Amino acid sequence: MKVVNQALPSIDGKGLMMGKKAYTDDLAEPNSLIVKVLRSPHPYAKIVKIDTSKAEALEGVELVLTYKDFERRPFTRAGQGYPEPSPHDKFVLDNYVRYIGDEAAAVAALTEKIAIKALKLIDIEYEVLEPVLDFETAFENEVLVHMEPEIHEMFPIGFNPKKNLAASYHMHVGDVSKSLEESEVVIEQSFYTQAQAHVMLEPHNVNARMDYQGRLMIYSSTQTPIHIRRIISQALDYPLSKIRIIKPRVGGGFGGKQAIHGELLVSTVTIKTGKPSKMIYTRKEVFESSYSRHPMRFDIKLGATKDGVLKAIDCFVISDTGAYGEHALTVFMVAAAKVFPLYNKVDSVRFHGNVVYTNHTPAGAYRGYGAVQGNFALESSIDMLCHKLNIDPVKFRQKNMIRETETSPIFKIMGEGTEGIEMFMESCKLEYCVKRGAELVKWKELFPRKELGNSKVKGVGMAIAMQGSGIPYIDMAAATIKLNDDGFYNLLIGATDIGQGSDTILAQIAAEALGTTLDKVIVYSSDTDLTPYDTGAYASSTTYVSGNAVLKAGKEMRQLIIDEAAKVFDVKVEDIEYDGVVLKTKDKEITLKDLSNRLFYNEDQKQLQVTSSYYGTKSPPPFMAGFVEIDVDKETGEVDIIDYISIVDCGTTINPMLARGQVEGGIVQGIGMAMYEEVLYTKKGKLVTNDLMNYRIPTRREIHKLTTEFADSYEKSGPYGAKSVGEIGIDTPPAALANAVYNAVGVRITTLPITAEKILMAIKEKEKGEN
Amino acid sequence: MAKIKFTLNNKQVEIEKSPTARLLDILREDFDFTGVKEGCGEGECGACAVLINDQIVNSCIVPLGTVEGKNIVTIEGFSKTKRHEVLRNAFEEEGAVQCGFCTPGMLIASESLLNKNPHPTDEEIKIGLSGNLCRCTGYNMIIKAVKSASKKGDGLW
Repeated sequence: MKVVNQALPSIDGKGLMMGKKAYTDDLAEPNSLIVKVLRSPHPYAKIVKIDTSKAEALEGVELVLTYKDFERRPFTRAGQGYPEPSPHDKFVLDNYVRYIGDEAAAVAALTEKIAIKALKLIDIEYEVLEPVLDFETAFENEVLVHMEPEIHEMFPIGFNPKKNLAASYHMHVGDVSKSLEESEVVIEQSFYTQAQAHVMLEPHNVNARMDYQGRLMIYSSTQTPIHIRRIISQALDYPLSKIRIIKPRVGGGFGGKQAIHGELLVSTVTIKTGKPSKMIYTRKEVFESSYSRHPMRFDIKLGATKDGVLKAIDCFVISDTGAYGEHALTVFMVAAAKVFPLYNKVDSVRFHGNVVYTNHTPAGAYRGYGAVQGNFALESSIDMLCHKLNIDPVKFRQKNMIRETETSPIFKIMGEGTEGIEMFMESCKLEYCVKRGAELVKWKELFPRKELGNSKVKGVGMAIAMQGSGIPYIDMAAATIKLNDDGFYNLLIGATDIGQGSDTILAQIAAEALGTTLDKVIVYSSDTDLTPYDTGAYASSTTYVSGNAVLKAGKEMRQLIIDEAAKVFDVKVEDIEYDGVVLKTKDKEITLKDLSNRLFYNEDQKQLQVTSSYYGTKSPPPFMAGFVEIDVDKETGEVDIIDYISIVDCGTTINPMLARGQVEGGIVQGIGMAMYEEVLYTKKGKLVTNDLMNYRIPTRREIHKLTTEFADSYEKSGPYGAKSVGEIGIDTPPAALANAVYNAVGVRITTLPITAEKILMAIKEKEKGEN
Repeated sequence: MAKIKFTLNNKQVEIEKSPTARLLDILREDFDFTGVKEGCGEGECGACAVLINDQIVNSCIVPLGTVEGKNIVTIEGFSKTKRHEVLRNAFEEEGAVQCGFCTPGMLIASESLLNKNPHPTDEEIKIGLSGNLCRCTGYNMIIKAVKSASKKGDGLW
């Protein structure tokens, strides 16, 4: 392969480094009205009076919006395919506010200063209600977060607002109680995973204008332009054909821009005033009023034979979706669906529980999407089981984990919000990943620990993980390739580059299929008027699903070119030889450049263009083994992460450099979740961690060595053998680090993040017990 | 309102605005230098970094009134230099740009660091760039890129 599997620089990096205009707000109309939101100071309240007359009278204020300006038309902001597996439980503006930071009213004014002043002039009176702030007691609580008669589910997801349920779920394989009874060794443990904030560097922002044809044109920093268009149309009852969404360069998403944010208010302002408007979330609003990862509690039981064969996994989960049920069911299901098949030799599995409403900032999509939560619980408990069995955790996994050609019954039972698809692992290099990771971390030498003196001890830990590659039979992607004169191409894709490099890797796939070089493929993506359908950047779908669409389109275009050359030479198609540059037959030849010029200007003129679509019929999981070496200071509980080793099977790496960037970026976010990051509230429901001082993400100084390698792997159903790589990196750090801490100092931290304080307190507890 | 004069990307400029206006807004809105990015608005993330008299400063926390007579360089100005070209190529080769939102600030910070210390160690790079957050890359690629630029651009800083 000439272009694929090459570490080429991303096609857009240079322009961004020059500071060229590229991002949403760089492209806003200079005189846009500024839209600002009055946000609730109460976790739960009813608006009993709202008087906007003083705000409206302020010079420079164009429009004030309250719930009275909107029809009651429930929708979900989730940004998923239709019908969504999330409850329609949100109104653009409502007369109830359900968390501190929820939208109570909005102002559009000439300047930000005037808009902020106007917000203060809105006379609003709340009836403050008792909130639900503890997710473990939210189910069947006497206080209900949602009582609106209009809200509904789109199909059965276990939605029951009368019990504070956004969703609920139950599945089982075999008889788990019986398997546990028969097991010689059983462990039982609860685990807690915290809310995590995405902290993409570019805050959520959107701007709108009416174009010269009277259509609503929106630039949005989004992962899902096509879904955004549909949600605006439905929520505002505005014709779909009159909306155009352009996604320019996006400054990071990680799932945080899958849902719709300011688009509905900005659209309303621009439709009503006819003037351009824009809204940029402050960093505080990003923290308080977008969404975070779903916090969860796992009650897990594992059973095994005494020689180390895993027999049963039993797991009950409570997930906190906050005030709105975005991604409630699907994140919940992924916590098992993309974790439990790792151990496919068990006799029985049960996975069930509730996704509850509370009066916290909503939860939603975030890289890992349930899998990272489930991985922490399962991979921590597997190590606990190993300890009880006195079996090396590497050996236990080698004995029990899924291998190439094998399947798990879970694939068929659990999809995302619906039933799943039976799948056999045509590519699964977990055995290699585990073996190689153990070698690199010097497992035999260092497991479980090595005393370093000076109160320090070295420990190693590991975890394995899997993810998916798109949502089969649901996610569709399309690609258009157009041949231009001079023999270069346009690649038009709905796929949504949010910084992960999809424009580059999709152009690489196209160039490989067309037999050309990367500079001859001009990429334009994510403009709902011009580019074909694509679900967007989520569910690790772009490389696999969009990549397959691009590959199909590339192959079809190549064939069209050959067909045209056959006509030129009046020979059979089979008699044409084509290397992507020159078309040859016997003694005659024509370059693609000449052929394309001829097709435009001279003879039998036509535009060559193809559009191809693809949807997956399976979702081949990428796999990885994460190994970590840490030094723990027993006197302070502080952990130094010396080396994080990732051995990844993502099939072919379309671009090894960008793939490494995805893995290492995921690892560092995973380390953040494991060790530092935590969305914290006061007892009254106020977010404490609403700036970058109080919400700590890893900086350069905390990250030492990252070792990343890719297994030699080829997924037959993927484009040039590729699977996804966007999410897998985040999955292993929480469990691998918890396991390393246990191996180093003998304390099991079951509540994320694993802070120095928790380690030290656990060490002290343990010492007390020993004395 | 006050008239403020300063040098911006090698040009003498003058603007009549409130002296408490944020330099970041002035650069983006009045001079259209949109390469300067706002990530947090409170001096924590470094996306809005510019050079003021060769010192790296987060422009979101600089009141316009304080830059009278000073020399300001944004990413747009810096991008015209040979040093930027060397850094840019190194960032490209190491895959140090993902979403790119932190990158202009990161390049300004790298310039500032290399100006003071043309051959920094890994640890010195980590400290030198610790005021610039990146959520995409995992950082190691950026550190390698700065290291590589310091070698390839030997003599430029």
